[in-house]
Order: sequence, then C-alpha cells, then structure tokens
Amino acid sequence: MHHTLEVHDLHFTYPDGCQALRGVDLSVAPGEKVALVGPNGAGKSTLLLHLNGILRGEGEVRVAGMPVGDGQLGHVRAAVGLVFQDADDQLFSPTVFEDVAFGPLYAGLTPDEVQRRVAEALRAVGMPEAGGRVSHHLSGGEKKRVAIATVLAMQPEILVLDEPTGGLDPRARRGLIRLLGDLPQTMLVSTHDLRMVAELFPRTVVLDQGRVVADSPTAKLLADAAFLAEHGLEA
Amino acid sequence: MHIHLADRYHAGASWIHTLDPRAKILMVVSFILGVSLAPEGAWLPFAGFFILLLWICVASGLGPTYSVRRSFVAAPFVLAALTLPFTVPGPTLFTLPVFGWTASVPGTIRFASIVLRTWLAVQAAILLAATTPFPDLLWALSRLRFPGPLVAVIGFMYRYLFVAADEALRMMRARTARSAQPQAGTGAPRRRPSLVWQGKVTGNMVGSLFLRSMERSERVYDAMLARGYDGQVRSLTHFHFRLLDAAALAVTLAAVGGMLAWAVAR
Repeated sequence: MHHTLEVHDLHFTYPDGCQALRGVDLSVAPGEKVALVGPNGAGKSTLLLHLNGILRGEGEVRVAGMPVGDGQLGHVRAAVGLVFQDADDQLFSPTVFEDVAFGPLYAGLTPDEVQRRVAEALRAVGMPEAGGRVSHHLSGGEKKRVAIATVLAMQPEILVLDEPTGGLDPRARRGLIRLLGDLPQTMLVSTHDLRMVAELFPRTVVLDQGRVVADSPTAKLLADAAFLAEHGLEA
Repeated sequence: MHIHLADRYHAGASWIHTLDPRAKILMVVSFILGVSLAPEGAWLPFAGFFILLLWICVASGLGPTYSVRRSFVAAPFVLAALTLPFTVPGPTLFTLPVFGWTASVPGTIRFASIVLRTWLAVQAAILLAATTPFPDLLWALSRLRFPGPLVAVIGFMYRYLFVAADEALRMMRARTARSAQPQAGTGAPRRRPSLVWQGKVTGNMVGSLFLRSMERSERVYDAMLARGYDGQVRSLTHFHFRLLDAAALAVTLAAVGGMLAWAVAR
C-alpha cells in the first residue's frame, strides 16, 4: 500500500537565491493527521506548494503513489486539496457557489454532479446557505470555511492547510478546530497554533531553516521545552 | 472594515429581473445603438427612447426616477462636447459675454443631441446593472461569445476591486496614524509638509498597492492552478432562453428600430 504523501530529499531555492528547502524528508500515511510547525521563514509554505506541483524543486515528491511531474499534475491536484493562507487568494470568483464549483468544473464533472458536490461541500463546512453570497462580504471565519469547502468539493485524498487559524477570533478559531476534527480526510496542517496542534494532531513535524528537525508524537514534542525554545516555538 | 463600493444591483422580483441576462444585454446594446444612430435634433424620437426607459424603470419596480437620479455620473463626459457650439460654423445663436465667443445654431443642436444620447445610453446601462446581478452579467457575456480573457479580467476586477480598496484604506489609515504634529511648546517647528512631499508619499502608496496587487495575482493564479485551472473559462448554465426572453428582446428591437426609422425619416 502506498503512502498518501512521500517527500524525499527535497531541495528548493527561490530565484532570488534564498534557499528555502534543504533536503526535506516526510511521509504521511493514509488517515494520519499531521501538524507542520516551525518559525516564520522555515519553509513551511514552500513545502506545501510543492505538494501539488505549483513549485518544483529537486528531489522526489509522490502523492497517492503518483510522482508529482508533468504527466500527472491533473491527478495530483485532484488528490491534494490545498487551502491557502489568505482566503482572499483562494476565493477568486464572484460568488461562493462559483468558487466551490471551480474545482469540480475543471475536473470535467457533469453539471448535476457539480451542483451535488457544491451542496455537499458547503454542508460539510456548516454553510449550506452561502452559495449565493459574495465572497467579499463574508467574515474571516466564513471565508476560511468556504476556502475549505472549495477543496472539499474536489474530494481530495489529503487536505493541506496553510495556517488555518491565523487571524481568527477565539470563537471562529474554535469553530474551525471543531470542523477540522470532524473532517475524515488525511491532513497536513502548517500552523503556529500549538494549542490546536495538541488538541487535533497526534503527530508533529518541525521544520526549521529548510530541514525537518523533528518528527515525533505531539505530546512528546510539546513536553520538550528546551527543544521548542531552540526552534523559536512556545507550547 | 470594508469599503462598500456599493453593488449596483437592486434585488427585485419583477419580470425584468427574471429575464435571461443574455436577452437583457442584447436589449441594452440595441437601445444604445439606436440612440447613437438617431440623427441630430430628432427630439421627438429621443423623447420616445426616454419613455421606453421610464416604462422599464416602472416595470422593474425601481420607481420612475431611478435611472434619472443615477445618470449624473456621466455628466463629466459631457465636457468633451462643450466646445461644439463655439466651433461648428453656422448662424449665430448667442454670444458669450466677456469672452465674446459666438455659439452657432447647428453647433448647439449637435451639442444638445450628444448630451441627450449620452444621458439615455447611460440610463440604459444603469438599468441593466440594477436589475441583473453582476455574476449573471459575466456569465451572459461569456455565453454571447465575448472574448473569454476579457470576461475573466472583468470578473477578477469585480472580485478584487474591493480587496484592493480595503488595502488602500488600511494604508491611508496607517499614514494618518503616523501623521502626528509635534506638540506645541516642545520647540519643534510646526509647518505643513510640502505639496511635493505629500505627492511623493501618495505616489509611494500607489506603487506599493500595485506591487501588493501583483503579488496577490500570482497567489490567486497558484490557487487556481491548485484546483485544476487549465486556461479555459468554464461555467455552469444558469439560464435557459425562454419565450418571455425572446418576446422581450423582439419587442425592444422592434421599438428601437421603429423609433430609429422615425428619427431618420423625419
């Protein structure tokens, strides 16, 4: 059986010469929920953008058994649901419905199936009535939920979220944590919110300066205050 | 904290609201063509076009003065035609005091006709925007074979205009928050910053807004790629062309064509 996610010896340097990833190794098994933590500039977002081939570095990335490469990008992007940090980047259509329908539409599904997927995804994030609303007028928490719905509609094998609780008030954050806990998908979530990590993710990967510096059960990691301090984290 | 660049759409349940947006766009385009092609000085046909607009205002439940009240946004464009009375040769109508310029009769007629045409055309567009949700307009444009990239650009503009305006608002607030004056009595000189300096600050803000928008556009494109975007614009069918749509379009075409023929034949 294949892993949902396999990254081996991944290197990436931005065009301006900034070395963002220096040999990352990571694998995620089906059904696992993994947190990706690390200080700003550690390479978290860069790593996430490699998982569906938006950035292409040196090394090996496999998703659901498929190599992330030229022939497979369509399938890979269907398998990885990537939720961007800024929901305004993710929600680019005039209405919520059109945004959630975007992925299914480009997957070539029939109109009926697209409608069904949209309704299902909006229900899953607890916003079944939001289809006709204009994205600009949603609150921050609602935007996050709709952004998650846009990838749920593609029925991905793994959900990849970049700082989902950033900028949310306590109530919206609580609602989002509950939502993430309820979703059955495999998950890789980049975050600074270590209290959420403790609550939701049994396994934590720490990235610092483009390398994986720890990959262990969350409880054990959070107990090691010296290690956390060394990598700019606070439990 | 949002700037509410007011949405022009006014929700309603009239039959005009329910018309297929494709039919509405064609109706408005034919109306604007008819108004533009009507010859100068065709006052009665112009009145006829206006009555058609009034009737649509009433039928759509917006009230008879709706489009007139909002039509003044186009007033500045009239300035472009303001020179006509004084430059077209012909019998003198009046002489402008102080300047001593003479306005000719044909020049004034041409000016008045241009103002009327603009005013009527703008009202038609206002009514279209007021009775059709913006996303439906985009959908209709793409179904009418309007070039896909253009429709996409208009769609993104509609979506991100608000975001960019919010960003500009935040930047202006940040500037205001730091535009403190030294307290009286501390010896610091009190003077207004020079106009050049203020201009430079504003220029820098525009520049950084542009850069931020560029960067955002790249992230948006990434987000589109991540969900399978392949360069084609796709959308679901929302409307089916019904008999009512065809009838409304036919009646409009007949009315516009009739009035145009009347205007030309006079």
